[in-house]
Amino acid sequence: MNLHRILPVAIGVVLLGLLAWGVTSLLERLTERDAAIPVTATPPPPTAETPHIAATLFYATAEGDALQPVQREVPLAEGLVAQGRQILTAQFAPPPAPYISAIPMGTTLRAFYVTEKGDAFVDVSGISAAHPGGSLTELLTVQAIVNAVTANLPAVQRVQILVDGKEVDTIAGHVDIRQPLVRDVSLVRAAEAAP
Amino acid sequence: MVLTVPVLFVQAQGTPPPTPLTLIAREGRRTVPTVIVSGQELIALDDVAMLFQVAVAEDAPTGSVTVTYRGRTTVLSSTQPIASVNGRVVTLPAPVSRSGRRLLVPVEFLPRALAPIYDRRVDLRRTSRLLIVGDVVVPRVVARVDAVGPPTRATIEISPAAPATATADAGRVIVRVEADALELALPPAGGGLIDQIRAGDQPNTVVLILGGNAAMPRTATATADGVARVTVEVPSTVPPPAESAIPPPAPPAASEVLSVATRRVFDLVAIDPGHGGNDPGVRTADGLEEKELTLDVARRLRQRLETRLGVRVIMTREDDRAIAIDERAAFANNSKADLFLSLHANGALGGGMAGAEVYLLSLDREGEAVRRRRRTDAVSLPALGGGRRMLEVVPWNLAQAAHIDTSSTFSAMLEEELRRRVPISPRAVQRAGMRVLTGANMPAALVEMAYLTNPEQAGKARTDEFRNSVADALYEAIARFRTFADEKAP
Repeated sequence: MNLHRILPVAIGVVLLGLLAWGVTSLLERLTERDAAIPVTATPPPPTAETPHIAATLFYATAEGDALQPVQREVPLAEGLVAQGRQILTAQFAPPPAPYISAIPMGTTLRAFYVTEKGDAFVDVSGISAAHPGGSLTELLTVQAIVNAVTANLPAVQRVQILVDGKEVDTIAGHVDIRQPLVRDVSLVRAAEAAP
Repeated sequence: MVLTVPVLFVQAQGTPPPTPLTLIAREGRRTVPTVIVSGQELIALDDVAMLFQVAVAEDAPTGSVTVTYRGRTTVLSSTQPIASVNGRVVTLPAPVSRSGRRLLVPVEFLPRALAPIYDRRVDLRRTSRLLIVGDVVVPRVVARVDAVGPPTRATIEISPAAPATATADAGRVIVRVEADALELALPPAGGGLIDQIRAGDQPNTVVLILGGNAAMPRTATATADGVARVTVEVPSTVPPPAESAIPPPAPPAASEVLSVATRRVFDLVAIDPGHGGNDPGVRTADGLEEKELTLDVARRLRQRLETRLGVRVIMTREDDRAIAIDERAAFANNSKADLFLSLHANGALGGGMAGAEVYLLSLDREGEAVRRRRRTDAVSLPALGGGRRMLEVVPWNLAQAAHIDTSSTFSAMLEEELRRRVPISPRAVQRAGMRVLTGANMPAALVEMAYLTNPEQAGKARTDEFRNSVADALYEAIARFRTFADEKAP
């Protein structure tokens, strides 16, 4: 094979590679996606070195009939998206007694990003397989996620929940999550102080 | 498949079912021996092997049982109520059990774990006690007395539609359907000049036994919307008395007699048994699954609606299978149902929550705008043969919005009737973004019958008493709503 044939092919391959790299970088910057963030067993303890904010998280009552807003310390992060990740990581971690998490154990946060219109996308994994089912419990799960974001990040008006990177009809067969959802306090009790 | 085996015998502890299971295939029909153990209907695997020509092998070290048909396998667990079918896991009501030297499996094994590896259809119809194998035609036949008269009018509906003929004989009418067998839903008693409607001597016939004063009946057949209808009108040999001679007869109970002289506005109910297939829904500590409860109550409700109210009923699933959530509402929409009712059982994170709940759809801002307009947009399209016609355009996510006020009325009726018969939650009626209701283009509601996470309610949910109470409540609510809808119609 002579040089006249090889050269255009080689140039084409290089150009395609550069184009793919450019598109990938652009998409990553636009969405600020990151790799799956495993949820730690408990939120990191506050230290003198790490500044924290007081965030309102939402846990199910012991009876499982409502959500209780609870103030908890969450590490301060730079920027809206990074702070959102910290809040959701804390929300997904086991709650303090006597509350119960409305988000099934084993749920992980894959990604969190916010569009220019103020719609946040919470991409989770493992939530459907571990969900115990029932309309009420599913409503609590959805409201805990949506309210945790909207209560602490005023710039976010609506929250779209994704599962494994995709839009899905429901988490467990009942509650419609195909559209971005606004804050819903219909199942939220009055706030109380942190334990 | 072999149908020439002699009478099989299940040597198992337990009792035979009140009505034996009947296998229907091209080769003929036969009784399938089963036994009830702890409320679970079981069939012996060696009987399955003879009937379906499958090989059964037990692996003692692992406790598993392998069923093989033409190289395809289903592996059953003796410890878990599951089976691996060609590598896919399906659930069963109970694991394999042993009785003496025989291995027993729940009859659900046949449609769930055997059918996927078998090369012919295996369809278990629990309500009618039929096991349908292969390409046989077994339509559902619902009979009812519409008006006691005289003349007395009765209707026999065949779905899916199959050709049928009606022959008047001495004192009876025989309806013969071109089918291999019939899945029958017959009224417990006749009415007026029809003494009884019962199964005929042939597997594809229904017989109407006429009373002593019955004159020669008139019959007619028609097919519409995929349902064949045979109507029978029986006049009396006794001439009607002069109007002034006797007082008019007392009107019969509304639930027993229906008029077919005028078409009712409301005549088709869609029932959606929630979950199914690989989606069991909520599961109780002792293994009762929401999908089984919803299907059973749906069947009880259908029987009540068809025989007492005379309305047609469609169900989004007739057996244990997964149905996509939007397909459920789409099925009701395509059938032009007048009402959509989705049945579920609830679950809570704590064990104390109890009581039935009714959900209707909550609307967002766009949905509220549609509700206020009370109509959807329409477009004008050219029609065949010239001219144009208006076509209603209903965006899927807004289909329910135009009906939300009537859905609210129906929900209130459901709440009232449930409250009379079963425990009800403090939050009896709620609005939420229930996906299955979103696309329903008719009045619609979702009922959570009980909390299966509450030990007491979970125990009651297994009983006939509870299931009948729920079915009665839903039936009464639908009957009330039908009256409401018919009165409201222009």
